Amino acid sequence: MSELKQELKEKIIEQLNLEDVAVEEIKDTDPLFGEGLGLDSIDALELIVMLDKDYGIKLDDPKQGKTIFESVETMAGYISKHRSR
Amino acid sequence: MKKIAYIAKYCHIKGNTVSLDQDILFKNTSGDLGDFMKSAYKHFAIEYPKFFKMDRLSKLTFLAAEVLLGHPDTSKEDWNLAVVLSNRASSLDTDRKYHESISDADNFYPSPSVFVYTLPNICIGEISIRHKLRSENSFFIFNAFNPGFLKDYSENLLHTDKADEVLCGWVDVDKNSYEAFLYLVSSTGKSVHTEQQLTKLYRTP
Repeated sequence: MSELKQELKEKIIEQLNLEDVAVEEIKDTDPLFGEGLGLDSIDALELIVMLDKDYGIKLDDPKQGKTIFESVETMAGYISKHRSR
Repeated sequence: MKKIAYIAKYCHIKGNTVSLDQDILFKNTSGDLGDFMKSAYKHFAIEYPKFFKMDRLSKLTFLAAEVLLGHPDTSKEDWNLAVVLSNRASSLDTDRKYHESISDADNFYPSPSVFVYTLPNICIGEISIRHKLRSENSFFIFNAFNPGFLKDYSENLLHTDKADEVLCGWVDVDKNSYEAFLYLVSSTGKSVHTEQQLTKLYRTP
């Protein structure tokens, strides 16, 4: 699980172009949206694509993203349970 | 009687150089356009993380506007600055990138963050957000910089009280070619806003 969290942090930084953010600055429970990393709605869509492309998870309802993308920890938990690759 | 419009200042970004009026402010000949713009961002001590999410056209426009307008002035809450930009390649630079992401049916993952930049006027949106502008704006496509059209259009905005000032110019990115020439049309300035003067400034090396 910790490997997956590390992987997710690296992917988030790279794919969302968080130029000034380092992996070690992202805590597992930090909110990804709002006051945390300050991601926006386009970033949310990019994360949905990432789930599909990298882990074979298709979200039928984008509203699910609100709870899945709460933090790296919630993302890792959801991916662990539902991944097909 | 129509008020005389002036070119208050202008910014050129081309050939790995950023200049304001005739002064070279920054030059970096190493790396590609992306590297150049990143180094310019750091040189001008801009703090705006969204910059790194922009496509190349928006980054170039953003940098030129930043040099020309300075960091956002919070005292100018109702700054009626219209934005009228133009180029040749529209958003082709990003359109190609997006097309690549959807051209393989077995690896079909269109990127939302690339897609949002597949319109040229998005770069106007980026600088409007940065400088809190809620003003008139337009983006035109021409084969080349068209000072006559831009002069008439921007002065019409001023003379009909649609704007107090106009950020105007040319910003183009296509493969390895890029150029930004932005200028501020205002009621004061060193040179009168004429087609001839715009042509002269645009051609200034």
